[in-house]
Amino acid sequence: MKRYKHAASGILVPLAALALWQLLSAKGWVNATILPSPMQVLTKWWTYLRPLEAFDPAQGSYLKWCFSGELPQDAMGSLYRVLVGFAIGTGLALPLGLAMGYSKVVYALFNPLIQVLRPIPPIAYIPLSILWFGLGNPPAIFLISIGAFFPVLMNTVTGVQNVDSIYLRVGRNLGASRFTQFTRIILPAATPYIFTGARIGMGTAFIVVIVSEMIAVNNGLGYRILEAREYLWSDKIIAGMFTIGLLGLGIDTVMSRLSSRMLRWHRGLEQG
Amino acid sequence: MSAMDSHISVQGVHKVFQSGGQDVYALKAIDLEIARGEFVCLLGPSGCGKSTLLNAVAGFSLPSSGHIVVEGARIGAPGPDRGMVFQEYALFPWMTVEQNIAFGLQIKGQPKAAIQSKVDSLLGLLHLQDFRKRFPKDLSGGMRQRVAIARVLALDSPIMLMDEPFGALDALTRRNLQDELLRLWTELKKTILFVTHSIEEALYLADRTVVMTYRPGTIKRDLRVDLPRPRDVASPGFNALKKELSLLLMEEQNRHEQDEFRGAAVD
Repeated sequence: MKRYKHAASGILVPLAALALWQLLSAKGWVNATILPSPMQVLTKWWTYLRPLEAFDPAQGSYLKWCFSGELPQDAMGSLYRVLVGFAIGTGLALPLGLAMGYSKVVYALFNPLIQVLRPIPPIAYIPLSILWFGLGNPPAIFLISIGAFFPVLMNTVTGVQNVDSIYLRVGRNLGASRFTQFTRIILPAATPYIFTGARIGMGTAFIVVIVSEMIAVNNGLGYRILEAREYLWSDKIIAGMFTIGLLGLGIDTVMSRLSSRMLRWHRGLEQG
Repeated sequence: MSAMDSHISVQGVHKVFQSGGQDVYALKAIDLEIARGEFVCLLGPSGCGKSTLLNAVAGFSLPSSGHIVVEGARIGAPGPDRGMVFQEYALFPWMTVEQNIAFGLQIKGQPKAAIQSKVDSLLGLLHLQDFRKRFPKDLSGGMRQRVAIARVLALDSPIMLMDEPFGALDALTRRNLQDELLRLWTELKKTILFVTHSIEEALYLADRTVVMTYRPGTIKRDLRVDLPRPRDVASPGFNALKKELSLLLMEEQNRHEQDEFRGAAVD
């Protein structure tokens, strides 16, 4: 019961904002080109979402048809780039982070370079990425992997460095080899940090995909809202923005569910 | 008893560390012989080196000079022949009760079926059957320490080292686990070296109570406790020994406090 009450109160502010928005448009206080009415945005959203052509079994399955609209295609394009970029960035950051956290020598070797590169926003790599990779998916994926790389790296290093020494003492007492110490103690002990890094990295990847699509790719949600601006389709811009927001929320929810599931043992998540 | 028959033999052990440019003797000329199956408590105020001595026997920090011989061999590193129970439990939070207990056996490379039956019997021995799938965060302090004890028992090590294992528990749980430990010790015939700062705990548990001095850490008194078990903490004999140890400990505690005051004055 309490849960429903909370859900109900959570809907109040969005409803009020929507009502205000509707009021502004209905009274004609704002130019419809600058801020179209909620209804107009919703209509446009539906047009953007639905398949362009009628269902034709010769063209493929029904499911495929359902996703043949412009918006699903854009969303899938963006999602694909995020996932590939994230996988590459994380795939590189994780082993390096583990090595840097574990070995003082590796840390001393890599840390200065990392510290210089880390503050460079992924966006600043755009010119170079286009120069190196041209247009299309490759530069976008390059940028996204940079965006995901640093948060995962930094958190992995911290996670490994902060493993409570008592666990290592227990491991030595039980006779664990260095390899077992690493795989069964250090790695699991560092996972809460690593998951936090992955979640931040995913968030960054999602920001970077939108920006990179505005510049280097000609499809995807980022490209679409920039394209809509050229035609002054503010309803489509807003529909696209909400889509980006919902997709981001969806990704973050999946990440957080996944980490609470894998970190059931962790104290910090009890209230989560 | 000669060093030949000892299970654990501490021979002329010194442990020196630097503090403010001065040598501090955490342990000075410690000689201690512990027989097989003996239950020995190390008793003293904090900073007296009792944990340092335990860690040296465990192999976590080696003596600056002198050596420690276990089963006739000098100690160079930690090992599963000297299982340790820590005050802060130190269970692996990402492993269930069962997995924590099984970990040492997996390291030894025992077959799955053997591990399972060993874990089952330990869960029974420590009354943990209903908690096998729980994670440590869902257990009380007493339960966690039971798991930590089971984890060490799984190793089948002849020696158990215990570093103030019941220090963080409430009085009732503590007495409960002390009785449990005595039962296990009688049943399994382990040699136990147990660090505590509680006089009552030492007298309740040990065959011998070794009182240590505050810096330099030396052995002040090696007291055999001949009271029959189960011991009655309210008996005149128990209280006489308690009084005797209290006086010894008080001297060390005072030296410790004076030292701290001096330290504070310098700061």
